This record gives sequence, structure tokens and C-alpha cells, in this order.
Amino acid sequence: METGRIVFHSKPQPGLKHMQRADFKKFENWGVVLAAAILLVALPYLNAFTPESSFLHVSNFTINLYGKYLCYAILAISVDLLWGYVGLLSLGQALYFSLGGYMMGMYLMRMIGDLGQYHKAIPDFLVFLGWTTLPTFWKPFSSLPFALMMACLLPGLLALLFGFLAFRSRIRGVYFSILTQALTYGACLLFFRNSLLLGGNNGFTDFKFILGYDLRSPTTQRALYIATVVALLMVYGVCRWLNTTKFGLVQRAIRDSENRVLFSGYAAGNYKLFAYVIAALIASLGGILYVPQVGIINPSEMAPDKSLEAVVWVAVGGRGTLIGPVLGALIVNALKSWATRAYPDMWLMFLGALFVLVTLFMPKGLVGLASQLRAVKERVLRKRQSVNKEMPPAEMPPATAAENNLAK
Amino acid sequence: MNKPHAPFILMLEEVNKNFEGYKAISNLTFYMDEGELRVIIGPNGAGKSTMLDLITGRTKPDNGRIEFGKDTDLTRLNEYQINRLGIGRKFQTPSVYIDHTVSENIWLSLKGTRAVWRTLFARVSPGERDRIQDVLKTVGLSKKAEWKAGALSHGQKQWLEIGMLLAQDPKLLLVDEPAAGMTDEETHKTGDLLLSLEGKHSIVVIEHDMTFVRQLARKVTVLHQGTVLCEGSVDKVQNDDRVIEVYLGKKRKRK
Repeated sequence: METGRIVFHSKPQPGLKHMQRADFKKFENWGVVLAAAILLVALPYLNAFTPESSFLHVSNFTINLYGKYLCYAILAISVDLLWGYVGLLSLGQALYFSLGGYMMGMYLMRMIGDLGQYHKAIPDFLVFLGWTTLPTFWKPFSSLPFALMMACLLPGLLALLFGFLAFRSRIRGVYFSILTQALTYGACLLFFRNSLLLGGNNGFTDFKFILGYDLRSPTTQRALYIATVVALLMVYGVCRWLNTTKFGLVQRAIRDSENRVLFSGYAAGNYKLFAYVIAALIASLGGILYVPQVGIINPSEMAPDKSLEAVVWVAVGGRGTLIGPVLGALIVNALKSWATRAYPDMWLMFLGALFVLVTLFMPKGLVGLASQLRAVKERVLRKRQSVNKEMPPAEMPPATAAENNLAK
Repeated sequence: MNKPHAPFILMLEEVNKNFEGYKAISNLTFYMDEGELRVIIGPNGAGKSTMLDLITGRTKPDNGRIEFGKDTDLTRLNEYQINRLGIGRKFQTPSVYIDHTVSENIWLSLKGTRAVWRTLFARVSPGERDRIQDVLKTVGLSKKAEWKAGALSHGQKQWLEIGMLLAQDPKLLLVDEPAAGMTDEETHKTGDLLLSLEGKHSIVVIEHDMTFVRQLARKVTVLHQGTVLCEGSVDKVQNDDRVIEVYLGKKRKRK
């Protein structure tokens, strides 16, 4: 190299695939800025400052719905951080989402005070179970900082323990996926039990206040929505930074050739563990913001199919990218909202068909669709060229083909 | 083999390994001097790759001793610990990080800390930059530094992987069929590359291609049924009756 410098990432690399990647990066940057402006500024503004009669008005319902979707988007990033970047298909990320949600839910339950059905100082379900005083472990949850701390600690420690055991035993591939699925199912069954004192199968609901603000007021909901957008942007930023570090390189190296990583002196298990814990914390953050916006959390959120759905979002959007999961979560959930109203019995069929189609025909998801179409165009162009000039396409390396087409 | 001798870089003594009744390695004893370039040949199923698995900690022996340098017992360590001692292994099928550039592949392989939290803030230092360029020059991939490894040809991937081993600056290099799937010209270049490393590193090469073995023209160990059948120069080995029988046994029967 003439400059005497090794450049990482900044040069366009030869080869068709890499051209597209460079294009995609540019597109991604502008897309993110635009989406951030719309989600963070335009929607809340139109919600707050336009009259309800205006066609520009964004309803409270919409804000609330988008807030929910964006929480799912955070969960989707957590799935993709493992699946798309480390090659670990976790089928239990909704567990960490729910645990974060439950910790937040405990705080919100305490904030109901004596406004419940029984007008007692303790949550209704405890009264129903025959309790007259608050169980000790519930007491500190009157404090939001404590609840938030627990929402980091509980999923973080569980992920640390489970990951440590799984990666130490070198559990990989489908076995890892099945174990994560079993873990979330186990937790689901545990949370169904009334004796856990976390609301049993009804979970927590009927929340009234957060930090003294009325949860049902549009202003509070708008603030929660904005907090969700900010959280999503932060998660996006952190993951993006992570991917540029040497850690990010090792992560993707594990995905592509774990043996090479091991035989290069890296304790691959530690890297996976770190990623797994980070992903659990991200999922938990999604759950923390989800519960006050949706107003309910119960063990069905931990059911195995919830985690599977999140995997479908990532597959549809495009795994191994950061905007893919976000797009996937938004689009699939919008589709779900529509389909469950229009064809309530058919939704799971739709979801299954979507997954099959995407896996078969769009392996890179929506994000990869543009490059997929371009590849088809290249092929057609090259075929035409070879017919015209009788130049065998095999002798033309892909890099030159791409350059030729760009030069035109 | 006589024991009182300059320290061996690698020593296997009476090593056995069974896979559910199948004796992959039986009473294998093998010594190698420091700085040596040794070629191991043997028919399919002779235990060549299993032997590398045992040395690199991928599988554990049932019994026997495997030592590296001066009394380092390898049987108690795992893959990455063994690698950190200075044993690098190249796999039969090229395993490089296809999504990373060629220089990133080398960067990840350079000797240095492997701690997770350190990699979060690691940057390419000027020293590392020079090292990357040196390694790329050695394996002839300087012009491809910013290519994605996945875009390289099969032969170039093999060289990149050898480069990744060199980046680790290992004392002992274990190279499993480096010429597999290469053109004659590429094979020859690979041979030159390995010969140029002789003396700087101790190298074990597993190979099938006899032209390639002739090019390396070093001490050859023949493995058969998990044990050493014969050891010596290429000529000696090729004229050994037992070796001929093992390799060409079928032909003889036909006569």
C-alpha cells in the first residue's frame, strides 16, 4: 500500500457484494437520520400540536401503537445481535424482555397505591391470595431506580449464569436454540404459579401512575413513546459502535469460523457470553418501556412462540444488519395488527407463510432486497452482453463486471 | 530414538485414542526437533488429522504423553490455551473469516491480548500495521489487503490462513494438507512458502501429494493405522516395502 497505512472499512472493496455494501451503508446513514427525525420529532409534534380534525394529526392511539412496535424493535435488535452477528440463534430472548417488563410492572403495581379494587395498600392479587401485608421482596419496588436496577440485574445475571453453563459445555447450534427455548418455557411455567407472588397467570395490570404522572394521559404516553425512540436510537448506536470494534470483528469471526477463532487463541465462549449478556440487557430495556405503554404484563409474554415471532421479525427485516430487525419488527407487527382484525384465525398462517417465503426467496430479508434485485439485473445485463459480444461471462470476474456497469 | 538430545519441540509417547471401539491412534510415538520441517503422510484413516486434534487439544488422548517444548503437558489444556503457547494449526479446508477484509483477518490473528474487554477499545497500532504488511508480503497477498476474504480464490484463502498462523508467530506450525484443491503452480508456490519458513518455525505438514512432498524433500513420517510405520527421507520411505504395501497393497493383490 502506497500510503503505508492499513485502512479498515473505509475503502470500497472490490467484488460485487462489497460495492453493494458500501452503497447500503450510505443509504443506512440517511435512512436512520430521516427515521429518527420522523419518529422523534414529527410524530410527537403532530400528535401534540395539531387539532384532531386536521388530516396531519397523529392520534394518541397511533403514538401508543408505535411505542409498542418500537419496543419490539429493541427486542428484535437483541435477537439479531446474537443471531446475525455471533451466529447464536436464541429462541428465548422474549424471556429477558418479559423479565425487564416484570420488574417495571412491580414498580407500577406499587404506584397503584390503594386505588385497586379492594382499596388496600397492597396489590389486588395479593389481597386475593390472602395477604394483608406486603411480602418483603416487594417493598423496595416502590422506588423506580431500584426497579430499573433489578431490571438490569435479574436478566443480566440469569443470562450470565445460563450463558456460562451453555458456553462452557460448548453447546452450539440447534442444541443452544432448543435450550434457550426450554429456558423461556420453564420461566413461563414458573411465572404462572400464584405462589411466586407475581400475579400468576393474570400478571400485572390496571396501572395508574408512573413517577406521579397519570399513565392514561396522552402526555405521559407521548413521553414514554419519546423515551422509547431515544432508547432504540441508543441501542442502535451502541450496537453499531460494538460492530466497529475489534470485539465486533471477533464476534463475526465466531459466526463465520468458530474453530479458527478458538485455534487463534481466543476463548470464544467468553466472547459469546459477553454478547449474550448484552443482548439480554437490550431485550430487558425493551420490556421496561413496553409495560407502561401496553398496560399489562403476564407470563404469556414468556411463552415460546413470543421469542419465535421475534426471530421472524429479524428474518423478514434482514439479519446481520441493524436496521433490518427494526424494519422487520415494525412491518410484521403492523401486518399483525391488520391481520388479527381482518382475518383473526389466519394470522399464524400468515406468519408461517411469511417466514417460509422469506427464508426461501429473500435470505437477506427486506434490507437485502435491493441488492438481490440488482444482482438479477447484473445477470441479465451480463447475459445480454455475452450474447452481443459473444464474450463468455465466466471469464469476467465479478469486480470488473460491477465496475463496467457503474461506468456506464 | 535416543532420548538425551537437544530438547524436542514436540513429543508424543505411547499415545492411544479410541473412538467407540475404533482405534484411531495406537501406541503412537513421535519426536520432532526444534526448527524442523517434517512431513507426515499416510493413507486415509491413518490417523493424521486425529494426531493434530490430539496435539491441539481438540480431542484428549485415552492415555500417553503429549508434551510441547520443555515439559509442557498438552493433554490438560484446551484449544486456545494450547494456541497461546505457540502452536498454530491450519485446517484442511481453508477457514478464514470470509466477511472480514484480508488485513482484518491478519489483525485478529496477531499475537497479543485475547481478553474480551481489551478488544472493545483496541485500535490498530503502527507496529501492528507493519506486522500485517509483513505477513501479507510473505504470503503474497499485499495487493488484496482490503479485499473481503470471501472474495479470494481457494488457493489465496489457503495462503491467507497460513498468513494468519504466521501472524501468531507460533513456535510450532501444524499444516493440514495445504495443497489440497490447489493448481500445480499454486502448490509449488505453497511449497516455496513453507520452505522459506523452515528454521524460523518448527513445521509439521500433512500431505497426500507426493510431488509436493518431494518438493519439500525433508524427513517424512508415514502413519498407518494410528501408528508410525516408517520414518526417513523421501527416497527411503518410497522404497520401503511396508509403505508400498500399505499404499499400493491392492495393486499387488491384483497381480
